[in-house]
Amino acid sequence: MITKVIVSRFDGMGLIFLGVMAVVAIFVPLSNLFIPESSFLHVPTYVMALVGKYLCYAILAVSLDLVWGYCGILSLGHGAFFALGGYAMGMYLMRQIGSRGVYANPLLPDFMVFLNWKELPWFWYGFDKFPFAFFMILFVPGLLAFIFGWLAFRSRVTGVYLSIITQAMTYALLLAFFRNDMGFGGNNGLTDFKDILGFNVQAQGTRATLFFLTALTLILVYLIGRWMVTTSFGKVLVAIRDAESRTRFLGYRVEHFKLLVFTVSAAMAGLAGALYVPQVGIINPSEFSPANSIEAVIWVAVGGRGTLVGAAVGAVLVNFMKSVFTTGFLAPYWLFLLGAIFIGVTLALPKGIVGTLNDLAGKWRRRPVREASIPRLAE
Amino acid sequence: MTSEKARETQALLYLDGVSVSFDGYRAIRGLSLYIEPGEMRAIIGPNGAGKTTMMDIVTGKTRPDEGEVLFDRGKYDLTKLDETAIAELGIGRKFQKPTVFESHTVADNILLALKGPRTATASLFGWRNRVHQDEIDAILTTTGLIDHRDRMAGVISHGQKQWLEIGMLLAQDPAILLVDEPVAGMTDHETELTAELLTEINKDHSVIVVEHDMAFVRALNCKVTCLHEGSVLSEGSIDKVAGDDRVIEVYLGR
Repeated sequence: MITKVIVSRFDGMGLIFLGVMAVVAIFVPLSNLFIPESSFLHVPTYVMALVGKYLCYAILAVSLDLVWGYCGILSLGHGAFFALGGYAMGMYLMRQIGSRGVYANPLLPDFMVFLNWKELPWFWYGFDKFPFAFFMILFVPGLLAFIFGWLAFRSRVTGVYLSIITQAMTYALLLAFFRNDMGFGGNNGLTDFKDILGFNVQAQGTRATLFFLTALTLILVYLIGRWMVTTSFGKVLVAIRDAESRTRFLGYRVEHFKLLVFTVSAAMAGLAGALYVPQVGIINPSEFSPANSIEAVIWVAVGGRGTLVGAAVGAVLVNFMKSVFTTGFLAPYWLFLLGAIFIGVTLALPKGIVGTLNDLAGKWRRRPVREASIPRLAE
Repeated sequence: MTSEKARETQALLYLDGVSVSFDGYRAIRGLSLYIEPGEMRAIIGPNGAGKTTMMDIVTGKTRPDEGEVLFDRGKYDLTKLDETAIAELGIGRKFQKPTVFESHTVADNILLALKGPRTATASLFGWRNRVHQDEIDAILTTTGLIDHRDRMAGVISHGQKQWLEIGMLLAQDPAILLVDEPVAGMTDHETELTAELLTEINKDHSVIVVEHDMAFVRALNCKVTCLHEGSVLSEGSIDKVAGDDRVIEVYLGR
């Protein structure tokens, strides 16, 4: 009975994804910690750190697919929510340094001492407590998305115009966070972290745990997303994507649906950023750069819009390629290659990798594919 | 705003002295129209007569510059409400160009239209997630789409999309259906079936049909209003309207 319910909620692709992620979540940290380095089954720490970073991007991609693939909201500013979640985590990590900083100020982070600040700004209060910081990781990106969405969706800003203002939003935040007066470390951002919840962030055990938590979060975010899109809520989202005014004339409050999915998606992106920061050891304003948000859109397009699994696959695949190509002699050509991949996928596989696989599987089974199909690019 | 005369009206839909201009072009000029509960009304008129604009005003897509638009015996002022609120009151609309949700199945299109709670939270947790197979199948049988229930709405024929959209209106179970050119692009046989379908629907609902096809309007066998340049030119039985010299003039040119 229960298996039946689970299987009915998930397509084949989703079950494969959950299976693979469960194996990755358990095997990679255990292998890193307990299998001797001489064994070929051993996952070196630098590989684990790299894959952990990819998984954070995968969470961001799934959150973006939820709004773009299903509801047609092409956000070119999702990196902003990711970065805000990252900054909230960074503020917690900064407060954990305490008097171990270069200037040994028990309250003020180093950059504030350097700027001759005497007091902790009000918005830094509370970040020494993890529960509060965790709340802010979800709340700050969610609140920004809510306010932004409230203004944009109520005024019926859609399509290209919405994409442009999301881009402007992340660019404005980029400029704001660059300023030292903002109180977020300016150009350098937040770094030199020491502890997270009392554990050394550099320690192998902490890294393995963070990896496990990231994989687990990706699974959870996928499950929440999958649940949302398989309920009638998800059907309304697709309806809005394909024929917004028809949905309105059917009596649905389109702006409420958009607002809810946009806010949930932003909180998910914030979570991704929060997991990213302790693993890479730094957060700075460059995370707000418009190019980051656009890259996230490319991951989703490559993997397959409106599939959730595709978003995660695309994020991991494109970032893996980026790692490979930016280290060798091909490094100067990476951006050309990224552009070529995007154009190639758009022309040859308009439904992305997973979307195309779904179609093939559907044809093979000779029954209609119920997966949400491809939305028009800018709507 | 609501005048005494309007408050006393028994009309389901009451338009009085409605005018609207777009960039100085007066699309509707002093239009008055009253639809009784349970009535079927056909609206004809040459291109640019204001038929679709009239529907846009009733459904909240366009706000009139002046005039009264009241619903349900003068209880609701439609000029103050938006599309969603008007749809919730029980005014359903079928567009000129069939608009169905192409990446949903035919059955899911009906499911989304079914009368019931429409909030975001209700969609996540509530009613529409339960099985509504019988209600959906009944509507698909009425509209002749039962054999296509699991096909994607994007791949069915043009005529079938028109019927699906009428089916979605039925699922909404509105007090009044506004149907814009339902037989455009249909074969003669499909046109006949559509006339039968609308007559059937009219047993429980008020219907306004905008149409060019005179044979179809005749088949509906109802009161006809002819619009011209944004106001009513002639009103009455099809024979009266079709025999009106002014109607003949605007249709055949001067």
